[in-house]
Amino acid sequence: MIPAAGVVRSPGVSRARRIRDRAFTAGVWACGAIALLPLMLIFAFVIGKGAAALNLDFFTKEPNPPGVPGGGIVQAFIGTGMIMGLAIAFSVPLGLLTGIYLAEYGRGRTAGFVRFIAEILLSTPSIVAGAFVWAVVVVAMGTFSAIAASIALTVLMWPILTRATEEILRLVPDDLREAGLALGLARWRVILRVVVPTAGSGIFTAIMLAVARGMGETAPILLTALGNDFVNTNPGAPTDAVPLRIYFYAGSPVVQFHALAWGGAITLLAAVLVLSITARVLSHRQLKRVH
Amino acid sequence: MERDGSMTDSVVMRASDLENWSTGAPDGARVRNAPAGDIEVVDLNAWFGNHRALRDVNLSINGRAVTAIIGPSGCGKSTLVRCLNRMHEEVRGARVEGKVLFDGRDIYAPDVDPVEIRRRIGMVFQRPNPFPTMSVLDNAVAGLKLVGGLSRSELRERGEWALRAAGLWEEVKDRLHEPGARLSGGQQQRLCIARALAVEPEVLLMDEPASALDPASTLRIEELVQELKERYTVVIVTHNMQQAARVSDWTLFMLYGEVVEFGPTSKLFTRPDDQRTEDYVTGRFG
Amino acid sequence: MGASDAPIVEKAGAPARRRGRTRVGDAVFKGMTRIVAFGLVMLLVLMIGVLAADGVRPFREFGWRFLIGRNWNPVAGRQSFGALPFIYGTVVTSTIAIVLAVPVAVGLALLLNEVARGWLANIVAVLVDLLAAIPSVVFGLWGVFVLQPAMDRTIEPFLANTVGKVPLVGPLFRANVSGGFQGGDVFTAGVILAVMIVPIVTAVGREVVSTVPRDLREAALALGSTRFEMVRMAVLPYSRSGIVGASMLGLGRALGETIAVAMVVGNSLGIHVSLFNGGYTIPAVIANEFREASSEGLHKASLLALALILIAIALMFAALSRLLVRRSAALVSGGPAPPATELARLEGAA
Repeated sequence: MIPAAGVVRSPGVSRARRIRDRAFTAGVWACGAIALLPLMLIFAFVIGKGAAALNLDFFTKEPNPPGVPGGGIVQAFIGTGMIMGLAIAFSVPLGLLTGIYLAEYGRGRTAGFVRFIAEILLSTPSIVAGAFVWAVVVVAMGTFSAIAASIALTVLMWPILTRATEEILRLVPDDLREAGLALGLARWRVILRVVVPTAGSGIFTAIMLAVARGMGETAPILLTALGNDFVNTNPGAPTDAVPLRIYFYAGSPVVQFHALAWGGAITLLAAVLVLSITARVLSHRQLKRVH
Repeated sequence: MERDGSMTDSVVMRASDLENWSTGAPDGARVRNAPAGDIEVVDLNAWFGNHRALRDVNLSINGRAVTAIIGPSGCGKSTLVRCLNRMHEEVRGARVEGKVLFDGRDIYAPDVDPVEIRRRIGMVFQRPNPFPTMSVLDNAVAGLKLVGGLSRSELRERGEWALRAAGLWEEVKDRLHEPGARLSGGQQQRLCIARALAVEPEVLLMDEPASALDPASTLRIEELVQELKERYTVVIVTHNMQQAARVSDWTLFMLYGEVVEFGPTSKLFTRPDDQRTEDYVTGRFG
Repeated sequence: MGASDAPIVEKAGAPARRRGRTRVGDAVFKGMTRIVAFGLVMLLVLMIGVLAADGVRPFREFGWRFLIGRNWNPVAGRQSFGALPFIYGTVVTSTIAIVLAVPVAVGLALLLNEVARGWLANIVAVLVDLLAAIPSVVFGLWGVFVLQPAMDRTIEPFLANTVGKVPLVGPLFRANVSGGFQGGDVFTAGVILAVMIVPIVTAVGREVVSTVPRDLREAALALGSTRFEMVRMAVLPYSRSGIVGASMLGLGRALGETIAVAMVVGNSLGIHVSLFNGGYTIPAVIANEFREASSEGLHKASLLALALILIAIALMFAALSRLLVRRSAALVSGGPAPPATELARLEGAA
């Protein structure tokens, strides 16, 4: 038998509880506003100041000497293109293969260890990657170069691609793998012909995000590509890059260069955002297809 | 509480309809004077995104009795019970239309706070879910602490009362400060019942409370349900027809989100009106 | 190519040979992925090894004085390398970043996972992701031309007039050594860092919060808890160590952030109490001096030693963070429960 309750029924939700709940709701929304305020301000200033700096010369000319107005940073665009092209060529195969190892073969402690290393390598300070590649590549080559810069970016992009590839491959249902194996296909063929193509757009997304990240990096390039005021197309020689140019010009006492810095910022930001947003849209679609 | 006039009429109509065939109801279930935790469900529809989980459900649940909801998986029985204390809307993309009158007041009216409704209409879930970092005693009084205003000794007293009410006191009185997660599965589920009872709800909703338990623990829960109906309105969802037959006074059979048949348990299991009910209770499908 | 393309006649006699080929192909491909995967581990080993090869020289030369020395002078003949100003600047800017960013990030994680629903929540989530995508140098540019002037003219004088008068914390918010608020300073750098790490701390925070099972949330709601009480009762207790982990990851990122900090921190060697003074951080000094540093003397070796310290600390925090986030997930998925005594203590406090 159930004994009788000792206390009268409690009243409804008290005022104090309601107020605390409202304060909590208001507080978390305020956190959202606080976090997004800088975003809005940065967008506003980069667009406002950057748009004014854009013209045909900006994309086609080298910088003018101080005192001569106009000019552009074409050498930085070419340099960034060259560095990113090489970085993609190095990091994508490495990242994909490591991701495949973790997702398809990775069982047990060894794989867990590799996964853990990949995870913490995501936190490698970018300047350290630059110093490391300087000590290895720049010293060996005897010169700063686009190649050295792309290797420094590879150090940063490899773990990013690894983690992203692994996660995407894990979304591919096991039935597909089994279906492939049941057809008599070798495991490696199943991976390359069934699993990877199924995850195709997801992997493409991962590459876009890694490129977006690499493209904006300044510190590692500073220690490896050095920068260059003139167009250089030799990957073995000192090369300019857009983020590097922004950094130099932001610190320059010459006011005309500040406009070029803002122009660089708006182009860089636009490129990075286009990559990130497209990647988001694609991955959203990919998720919808899997589910 | 103001109520829409036409609404009241329709409720009265339904209540009187019910009177006609409820004569066979077990005693104790028919005390209808004081508000006794009666629930009227009126034209209730519920959705998960685009999927319509409930279709025009109308139903009158009697206070101080046990109502069982049976039906095959996916028939909407869990959704229905979760609509009775406004838990359904906590699922992303979920939506409800219609009315649920609790002691005559629509719990979906705009001025009604779901928090208050949930305190008055308690719930026990399919899987025992004690708070893992809280002790046995703290789990039992977790809901009371929210309301506040009770001293430590009062809390302990109420905790003991709830644990006794859930038939758990003798087993845990020496381990009140151990983590609730360390109890056995059946004990954890009774701890969850104690936690729900401690805030003194008027109704206890149980969503397949014994489905994750062994037969001995299941039996203990069923005994407990029998004791609880003296004080509470109990609505129990179960996929186990024997269980429904054993514990309930009233049984509701659902199919594809619709009410097929609702009546006294003895009648529904022996002389159902609907062929589909008969097929289901005799095990011909589902 | 594939077995299915092979003519039927061949199939009868082929299996053994094909199986052999399959096995070789599998072994080669698997071996290749494994070598590359271990290459990633080797990269870390190599990175530390290479930095240490030169980086130990200042320690050999100066011993522990390298870490506690306040004098950093690369001029030949008067060379002296003491890293304390950089260590101090790095710790102070990162601390400011964590203090400002963690509450906001936790609030954001709760907003996105527990409170906001529908399109508005999606928009906020997308925008926070975009914040993470902004390159460091763009933060720096904005910092130099927008934030720093605003700090110098408005925010810092305001703080000095208000918080600066409060005992205990007051001295942190006073005019700088030249008596004003002009120039880059560690506070501005800390604020920029805070903005930069909010997305990562939010992302990990959301990951942590989402591991709390729905069971527990529903248990709390069904007892008649408000949303706030549900968060306090069912979400935060199981997220605590994970949130610490998220903060550590943010701290690791803040410590290593280079360009944006180098642009606004003032790059001056002094160690001062007031946060409105210029400072210097480890990444900033590497960025500024590395290219000019001579490989002969101790200058470059000292910078490499700083890089070594930096990566050691950053990776340590990253590792610690991962372990804490995992522990947080294990706790809710029925891992070992914490000892009862500790629980009794927590109850007493509650």
